[in-house]
Amino acid sequence: MSLDKIFGLYTLGFLGITILIGIGEAIGLVTNQMIGWIFMALSLLIYVFIGIVTRTSNPDQYYVAGRGVPAVYNGMATGSDWMSAASFISMGGALSAQGFAGLAYVMGWTGGYLLLAVFLGPYLRQFGAYTIPDFLGARFGGNQARIVGVIGAIACSFTYLIAQVTGVGLIVSRFIGLDFNIGVFVGLLGVLFCSVLGGMKSVTWTQVAQYIILIISYLVPVVYMSWTLFSIPIPELTYGQILQRNNVRAIEITRDAKEKETRALWKQEADEANAKIKAGGVPEAEVEKLKAQAALASRQATAPAASEDAKFGRYLTVPTGTGMWNFLALTFCLMVGTAGLPHILTRYYTTPSVRQARTSVAWSLFFIFLLYFTAPAYAAFARFTIYAKLVGTKISELPRWVTLWQPAGLFSVVDKNNDGIVQWADFVVRSTDFVVLSMPEIAGLPFVITGLVMAGGLAAALSTADGLLLTIANAISHDLYYNVIDRTASLAKRLTITKVLLIVTALIAAWVATFRVAIIVELVAWAFSLAGASFFPALVMGIWWKRANKAGAVAGMWVGLIVTAYYMIGSRFYGVSWFGTWTIASAIFGLPAGFLTIWIVSLLTQPPPQAVQDLVVSVRYPKTGQATKGDPLGRDLPAGAH
Amino acid sequence: MATTTVTPAGRRPAAGGELTQAQKDAYWRYNVTLTTVLLIIWFVVTFIISGVLAGALNNITILGFPLGYYMAAQGSLAIFVIEIAAYAYLMNKKDEEYGIREEG
Repeated sequence: MSLDKIFGLYTLGFLGITILIGIGEAIGLVTNQMIGWIFMALSLLIYVFIGIVTRTSNPDQYYVAGRGVPAVYNGMATGSDWMSAASFISMGGALSAQGFAGLAYVMGWTGGYLLLAVFLGPYLRQFGAYTIPDFLGARFGGNQARIVGVIGAIACSFTYLIAQVTGVGLIVSRFIGLDFNIGVFVGLLGVLFCSVLGGMKSVTWTQVAQYIILIISYLVPVVYMSWTLFSIPIPELTYGQILQRNNVRAIEITRDAKEKETRALWKQEADEANAKIKAGGVPEAEVEKLKAQAALASRQATAPAASEDAKFGRYLTVPTGTGMWNFLALTFCLMVGTAGLPHILTRYYTTPSVRQARTSVAWSLFFIFLLYFTAPAYAAFARFTIYAKLVGTKISELPRWVTLWQPAGLFSVVDKNNDGIVQWADFVVRSTDFVVLSMPEIAGLPFVITGLVMAGGLAAALSTADGLLLTIANAISHDLYYNVIDRTASLAKRLTITKVLLIVTALIAAWVATFRVAIIVELVAWAFSLAGASFFPALVMGIWWKRANKAGAVAGMWVGLIVTAYYMIGSRFYGVSWFGTWTIASAIFGLPAGFLTIWIVSLLTQPPPQAVQDLVVSVRYPKTGQATKGDPLGRDLPAGAH
Repeated sequence: MATTTVTPAGRRPAAGGELTQAQKDAYWRYNVTLTTVLLIIWFVVTFIISGVLAGALNNITILGFPLGYYMAAQGSLAIFVIEIAAYAYLMNKKDEEYGIREEG
C-alpha cells in the first residue's frame, strides 16, 4: 500500500472515531472524563503501533531513516518536530496578550526556514553526514569542533526537551485529572516506544501521524468560530473584522467609567503592595508574594488603550524606540535559532536527494505555516469573546466556558468593584494558555472537540520530544562515544548504547520536569539564542567559505556561546543592559561575535587542507551519482549501511 | 536510481558526466544571485515592512486588517512560503538544465 493511501486512511479513520465519540457524547453515552481518556489512549496506541511496525536495527535506518523519506512526508515530520507544546498551546494566548509585539514569534519561527533553505538544508544533505556534530567534525577535522557541537546540541536540546515534557504533564493532568508527575511518565512511554524501537525511522512516521492530528485539532475550533460569526470558514480572512471590533471595544473600555473605577481599585492594590515592600521589615518569602501581587494588580490596572483618544488599542499599536529594537532583535534571534537547532537540521539528512531536501524545506514551512498563519486568528477571536461577550455580563450569569474552565486556574473572574457586572479589568489571566485550550467551548462546540485539542497538544509535545531525545542520544552515542572514544565499537554495541541513552535521557528529563521550575519558558527562548549563536555561524561559514578552518570554527562557536550566555545571565540576574535589549534576544550580540571570530581566527591561522577545501567546493554542485548516496568524505561507513 | 536527464545543448555535461569549470561557475553564480535576491526580499519584508514601517502602514486598512499588523501576522509568512517554494523550484530546474543527476 502506498504512503498516501496509508495516511489517507489513517486520517479518515481518526476523523471517523472522533465523530463516533461525538455521537456517543450527544446521546449521553460517554462523559467528558471518558473522552479525555479515549483520546489519550487512542493516540498513544497509534504511536506505539507505528513504533512496533517500523522497528529497525539498521544504522542507516536508525540514524537517518534510510535517507528514504519523500519530501512531503519529511515536511510533515519536520512540521510536528518543530511545532512544540509552546506553539500549539501557548502561542495563540501569547499573541492575544502581547498583540503586535508577540508577532515576533510568528515571524521568527517561520522566517528562519528561509535561512535554513538557502544557507544550510541542501548543502548539509549533500555532505551526507548523520548528525550535526558529525558534519562539524568532518568539515573542520578532528574532534574539537565535534565536541563543541555535541555540547551545543545537548545544551539546547535538553532545555527544550524539559519544556516539552512539562507540556505533556500539563496536558494530561488538565484533561484527564491524572497527577502531573504520573502524566509525565505516561507520555514518555509513548515517546520511548518509537525512538527506542526504530530510531529516526519510527520517529519520522510517528511524527507524520502526529502532524495530522495536530493540524486538524488546531484548525477545527477556530474555523468553526469563523463560520458561526461570518459564515465564512476561513478564520485567517475574517479576523480582520474582529480586529476592528476589538479595537473599538478597547477604546470604549478605556473610556468607560465603571472600568476606570475597577482599574483604580487595582492600581490602589498595586500601590499598597509596593508600599509594603518599600516599608521593609517583611520576610523574604512575603516580599516575593507582594511583588507578584503588585505585578498582577498593575497589569489589571492597565487600560487596553494607551489614552482615551487613541486610534488603536495597545493590541494593534506598533512599538517604537527600544520596543521596536527588541521586536526586531527577537525576531532575528528566533530566526537564526530556528535555522540552528540540531533536531531540525538532521531532518534534512533523511531525504533521498538534495533536490528532495530543497522541496522538503518548502513543504516543512508550508505545514508549519498552516498553524502559525492561524494563531493570530485565535488571539483575535479570544479577545473578541472577552471584550464583546464576557464584559458586561452579570457575575451570576457567566458563560459556560468560563464556569467550565475557571477551576483549572488559568484565569478567574473577580468582581473587583462589587457591582455584579464583569468588567475587562475583572478578568484576571494567570496563564494565557486558556485561549487555545478553551476555544472549542468558547465557540460552542461539544466536548469531543476539546478532547481532540488535547490529542493535538499531546501530539505536538510528544513529536518534538521524540526528535529532541533522538538528537541527544545520537550526539552522545554516535558523536561522543563512537567517534571520539571508541572507533572500534561494534554496530550492535552502539545501537544498544543509543537505546540505553534514550531511556536514561527521557527519565532525567521527566525527573527534572517534576520540579516544575518556573524558568522553563525562558529556557526555551534561551535555547534558541544559544543554538543561533553557536551553530548558525559555524555551519554557514563551514558551507559557504572554504577558507574557514578548525581554529576559526571552534573559537567562533565558543565566542558565540559565551557572549550569548554572558548577556543572558547578566541581563536576567545582574542588571546588565546593552541598548536595553531583552534577555531572550541575547543572540543578537553572540551571533555577530561568532561570525567575526570565525572570520578573523581563520585568516590568522593555516587554511584547511586542500582536500577539505575541494570538498566544500564540490558540495556546491549536487553531484552526479554516487556521492550523495555514499559518504562524501570517504569515511568508513558502518557495516551493513547499504 | 540514477536517471539521465535530457539537457539543452551547450549545457550538457561533457562525456563522463562532469561539468566544465565554466559551467560550474555559471551554475554557482545563478545560485548565489538567487540566494541574494531571496535574502533581500526576506530582509525587507521582515525588518522593514513588518518592523520599522509597520506603525505607518497600520493607517491603511484592508478587509479590516491594519496593513502593518497584517504584514507581520500573515503577509510575511505567506511570502516566506512562496520564497522557499520558488527557491526549490528554480534550483531543481537548474539542476536538470545542467544535467546534474541524482539518485531519487
